[in-house]
Amino acid sequence: MSENKSKYIIEGSTSKWEVVIGLEVHAQVSSNSKLFSGSSTTFGAEPNTQVSLVDSAFPGMLPVINEFCVQQAVKTGLGLNAKINSYSVFDRKNYFYADLPQGYQISQFKNPIVGEGVVTLDLPSGSKKIGIERLHLEQDAGKSIHDLDPSNTFVDLNRSGIALMEIVSKPDLRSPEEVKAYVKKLRSIMRYLGTCDGNMQEGSLRADVNVSVRKEGDKNLGTRCEVKNVNSIKFMEMAINYESKRQVALLESGKSIDQETRLFDTKKNETRSMRSKEDAHDYRYFPDPDLLPLNLDKNLIEKIKKELPELPDQKKERFMKDYLLNPYEANVLVSEKEVAVYFEEVIKTADKKLATNWIIGDLFAILNEKNISISESPIKAKEMASLINSISSGLISGRAAKEVFEIMKDTGGDPVTIIDEKGLKQKSDPKELEVIIDKILEENKDKVSQYKSGKDKLFGFFVGQTMKISGGTANPQLVNNILKNKLK
Amino acid sequence: MSDLTNSSLTELVDLIKKKEIKSEEVTNAYIDNVKKSKKLNSFITETLDLALSKAKNFDQKPNFNGLLSGVPLAVKDLFCTRGIKTTAGSKMLENFIPNYESTVTNNLWSEGAFLLGKLNCDEYAMGSSNETSFFGNVINPIKENTVPGGSSGGSASALAANLTPATIGTDTGGSIRQPASFTGTVGLKPTYGLCSRWGIVAFASSLDQAGPMTKTVSDCALMLEAMSGFDPKDSTSIDKKKEHYSKKLSKNIKGLKIGIPKEYRVDGMPNVIEELWEKGKKVLKEEGAEIIDISLPHTEYALPVYYIVAPAEASSNLARYDGVKYGYRSSKGSNLIEMYENTRSEGFGDEVKRRILIGTYVLSSGYYDAYYLKAQKVRQLIKNDFDKVFVKVDAILTPSTPSTAFKIGEKKNDPISMYLNDIFTVPTNLAGIPAMSIPAGHDENNLPLGLQLIGKPLGEQTLLNLALSMESKINIKQYITKWWEK
Repeated sequence: MSENKSKYIIEGSTSKWEVVIGLEVHAQVSSNSKLFSGSSTTFGAEPNTQVSLVDSAFPGMLPVINEFCVQQAVKTGLGLNAKINSYSVFDRKNYFYADLPQGYQISQFKNPIVGEGVVTLDLPSGSKKIGIERLHLEQDAGKSIHDLDPSNTFVDLNRSGIALMEIVSKPDLRSPEEVKAYVKKLRSIMRYLGTCDGNMQEGSLRADVNVSVRKEGDKNLGTRCEVKNVNSIKFMEMAINYESKRQVALLESGKSIDQETRLFDTKKNETRSMRSKEDAHDYRYFPDPDLLPLNLDKNLIEKIKKELPELPDQKKERFMKDYLLNPYEANVLVSEKEVAVYFEEVIKTADKKLATNWIIGDLFAILNEKNISISESPIKAKEMASLINSISSGLISGRAAKEVFEIMKDTGGDPVTIIDEKGLKQKSDPKELEVIIDKILEENKDKVSQYKSGKDKLFGFFVGQTMKISGGTANPQLVNNILKNKLK
Repeated sequence: MSDLTNSSLTELVDLIKKKEIKSEEVTNAYIDNVKKSKKLNSFITETLDLALSKAKNFDQKPNFNGLLSGVPLAVKDLFCTRGIKTTAGSKMLENFIPNYESTVTNNLWSEGAFLLGKLNCDEYAMGSSNETSFFGNVINPIKENTVPGGSSGGSASALAANLTPATIGTDTGGSIRQPASFTGTVGLKPTYGLCSRWGIVAFASSLDQAGPMTKTVSDCALMLEAMSGFDPKDSTSIDKKKEHYSKKLSKNIKGLKIGIPKEYRVDGMPNVIEELWEKGKKVLKEEGAEIIDISLPHTEYALPVYYIVAPAEASSNLARYDGVKYGYRSSKGSNLIEMYENTRSEGFGDEVKRRILIGTYVLSSGYYDAYYLKAQKVRQLIKNDFDKVFVKVDAILTPSTPSTAFKIGEKKNDPISMYLNDIFTVPTNLAGIPAMSIPAGHDENNLPLGLQLIGKPLGEQTLLNLALSMESKINIKQYITKWWEK
């Protein structure tokens, strides 16, 4: 079995297989309080310190919808170019588990708040549209902790009742790469909107991955398996790789796929059966009688629409048009809202082309190396602009700039001060340079005559000597001109 | 002085406000009665010392601005009371002490009343005879070995026996009106959403509604005024201005149109109830109301619809009683599932289990459409029936129950016959409209019988005025002998 790289195809022993993937992304709504209670949602608090009577399902407690969370869902729906349903209903999804205090999760089943939409992916092969089936609001469960004690399970209800948006895609994804691009795009859109922080380490974004395979060219979908609760893009890619190959192997050996729920073992890099279709829960969904149907005011939707910030796709267009960036550059610079903000801050005063190269090249390299985000960058936008302007104005050479950058990345200092302290200011006085060059030519008469008799390569030697003696501060353009004149 | 506990709530509040009696005297009078009433088993928890100290505090620093200044009240044990055991009549919550107070009881305390105790009820309010309570049967003070009705049986019993000047119950399918009818007292189920459900142990959320149970119609107006009101903590609470029912109470019912639904004339209904109904019509006519025959064609489906919708909601509402967080937990079982099974098997009684099973069944995939969804559609038809007739009439008059109070044990093993008790009361819960039962007569054994007045949404004032007018004409004598004190 091998993968075809240009198109994600699994080449089995009998035929070529296409992988079909649909995602149910659970995104935690950015909100200070929970979906149906006033409890705080701060991550990492002491267990069971952010739990109200509603979250712990005490007798007689009633849910009251958090309107901010509703607005966040509407905002996200609009960001996904989706239909906003002015009428939606909260349902109870009934099942027993220790970390589900009510014995049911309040979710939306038949009438979600957001309907069909579309997300555009920028892939190496071009752009691709991924359909959104729906987005609905629901409560998160608490957390069961099994490894603190050999015979007891502990339950932490801090997460219980936190608002989630479940974003269901159509089965439009065809490879782990597309899944990666899709999740990154969703994350980017929600971060632009401020509706989900997208922090996967803290569990703010996780996904159930539906995988099926079919022979290349088949129109019908194969039987799918759902891989539950995968919490990083890398694991999603690994799970799809494993699961699709498992399914191909089964089908090629004449067996069939059982529709089932599986979980991904990140340590063993394999998926395992969790429960079969026969064992699937009967959730007994029915409208929650404690909550009235949600009727959204058209004016509210319009108001939210008007207040939407510029989203990555629009920003990309604008960057290409206004700043003459190529699609690749624009894509990289808009993928994170903070990067775009940084870029636009830098180019308020600095050259666009240089800024693009410095940010995508040198700055990203050190962010990766330090594993930090751009908002934690030791070099702030203002200093970055100042560094670039020092190059543009001829104050320092490009080479010296790299040296200054190396210092800035560790100290976060002001580039102009560093240039002064290190004496890196470019020597751009022709008279001063002429003195140096005359001395070099005087000391290397043999080489001068060799050059003049046709050994052109020696030009580089004279430039090198000049730079060396000037301590790297000579303006290279000027050095070139003077040398050319004198060696005529 | 004559026995204070024969007074109405309104009289007691007046006497206290006029400083003719002290809260402590009133409280002591009721405490004496409560202490002698063990045979009735109407209390689950007595808070007599607490009540007495509240009364003394009141007398030291009296505040006469409340509607219920200085009055002790016992309430159904379905209302959560801060620091006081709240059991819902179940072993599951036998030792449950909430650290919060229900909105409705809180409203009562804000009007100057204080807690006298928690009253027995059917387990999780599921029952029509108070025989499903984990804390034992409640006896109807009217007659030994007779049920007080249910589920607010403890409330009705305590009220009729003068163990509390007034009380509150909850009514999901008749749980206020049927026991009121069985004990010769007044009971009102308000419009759905008039009284907050916050802090009331839930049975069936779309039907549950708290309401007053009193000895007189004036008391009923006073209690309703005190307990009702918008509550942002209950999403189904009606956001409207508070009504002053007692101030607006009037016997003038001239010109009001009263509907008589033919569908409430059921087979096998005793003659005495038929006669009572006629008597009610006559009284209303004499007072200037107009009697109009009407039809509520979907009435016969109300009971089946109710016994689908209510158990469905209950099966989900009661899922939280799993032994994990609070309440009873079985010590048996070696894993989570076994702990659940044992806890719920041991913690719930048979009737509760029956309804959880029915509810789980009707919501199951493959059955949902045939039962739950169908029931919701029929529920809408029942609502439409009422909407249509309320274009023509201002209120509806029916009997409250198809029979008088029955003997303890008589229907315990026949759930269908037990459920039939609610036949006249469930339609209004399904429609979310107000209804009240007032004492109107007796059967040949001197057991009380009630008539039911059904009103338009938020038509409580009209109901109270009609009831006041009937009360003044019918003037029922109660046959209570205090046999339990012997």
